Amino acid sequence: MEVLLGITGKDFTLIAASKAAMRGATVLKTSDDKTRSLNKHTLMAFSGEAGDTVQFAEYIQANAQLYSMRNETDLSPSALAHFVRGELASSLRSRKPYNVNLLLGGVDPISHKPSLYWLDYLASLAPLPYAAHGYAQYYCLSILDKHHHPDITLHQGIKLLTMCTDELKRRLPIDFKGMVVKAVTKDGIRDIEFDDDKVVKAA
Amino acid sequence: MASGYDRALSVYSPDGHVFQVEYAGEAVKRGTCAVGVKGQDVVVLGCEKRSAMKLQDTRITPSKIGLIDTHVCLAFAGLNADARILVDKARLEAQSHRLNLEDPVTIEYITKYVAGVQQRYTQSGGVRPFGISTLIVGFDNGSKTPRLYQTEPSGIYSAWKANAIGRSSKTVREFLERNYKEDMDREATIRLAIKSLLEVVQTGAKNIEIAIMAQGKLVEMLPVEDIESYVKNIEQEKQEEAAKKKTGRTPGSGTAAILTRTQDESES
Repeated sequence: MEVLLGITGKDFTLIAASKAAMRGATVLKTSDDKTRSLNKHTLMAFSGEAGDTVQFAEYIQANAQLYSMRNETDLSPSALAHFVRGELASSLRSRKPYNVNLLLGGVDPISHKPSLYWLDYLASLAPLPYAAHGYAQYYCLSILDKHHHPDITLHQGIKLLTMCTDELKRRLPIDFKGMVVKAVTKDGIRDIEFDDDKVVKAA
Repeated sequence: MASGYDRALSVYSPDGHVFQVEYAGEAVKRGTCAVGVKGQDVVVLGCEKRSAMKLQDTRITPSKIGLIDTHVCLAFAGLNADARILVDKARLEAQSHRLNLEDPVTIEYITKYVAGVQQRYTQSGGVRPFGISTLIVGFDNGSKTPRLYQTEPSGIYSAWKANAIGRSSKTVREFLERNYKEDMDREATIRLAIKSLLEVVQTGAKNIEIAIMAQGKLVEMLPVEDIESYVKNIEQEKQEEAAKKKTGRTPGSGTAAILTRTQDESES
């Protein structure tokens, strides 16, 4: 029951990932960070099979950073998303494919346009204004359909995220131990304080 | 002249030389000069820059100083094209090290790697040695001590307080030996790097490139205007010193008159 959420707004992209690291029915850790930054203004959140996720994410991270060092420019979020899709596609056709689902969010370094990409282990790629992975899709997409607007401010985006997590806490049968929330703006990636302690009771 | 022992790379001459490696050393000597100077908490790389031709776009012409990783900087002297290959290999190793060990490379490690690659190209068939010497500088992760290493075409590497490679490197090294002081601050380190380069670069600021590394910071390329003001400052000081020497020989004579004369001479 891993939760990944992403929301774009006027000048930012928000990425949120659940903090629980689970193995079977056991919670091993309650402060897991399922995100990696690829460069100054691109962030990737991942879920899926335990070992695969971090291995794949750090492989992508290393390649993104190698590109930056070699060319003295960073790849744009769009270029990175297509690179990641290519890697997933060739992995899918290998003997042991990576089982990883991703959200890739960022802000274009030149045009400052925010963007969000939804990728799964079958190498699907979709640019979206807001996205979720796993069971969270069933609960959050309807809320985002109703309340999301492309021009929202960061403050409104965080509020929208709170609505989503409240609903998840209300409906999901397993506690996901709160969320790590990060915002990508033209100034880079920054951690967002997010209240995890709020108890939400089902109606 | 052609003894035959300088044809194949992996063949010794009877008196123990590997000629191709020594020729690579000659290629380094033909390359433009590069210096590295360590201060107390900074390390400075300086390069002599070839003057650009009229229609060349200097803005996007590659530099002789390159980044290996965010905390490692490399300057080279010798064949530019060879350096590109070597720098690329070093960058790949730096990222691969991060991925596998979760730590950035130490300066010694990456120097050893670069020197290792250079050595490999002196002992295998069908290849030619890298015609470059490099200066590798930076800070190890979490450490406050600046590092400065040199590598050579043979694969030798060594650590330095200050050193020069390339054309007229001997002159510059001797200058550094005379003028190096322990624990210099940022200003003094930059100044010494520029001053040592001015020993062999006649054309001044527009043919000098300076990179500064400080702990935990990204590399800083010194803007041309700043280099210019350093150069002006240094030249003024040199003139004053020369004037002082002259007044020393003829005591009692007015300094102003002599100063004007030296300035006139330099202008003509």
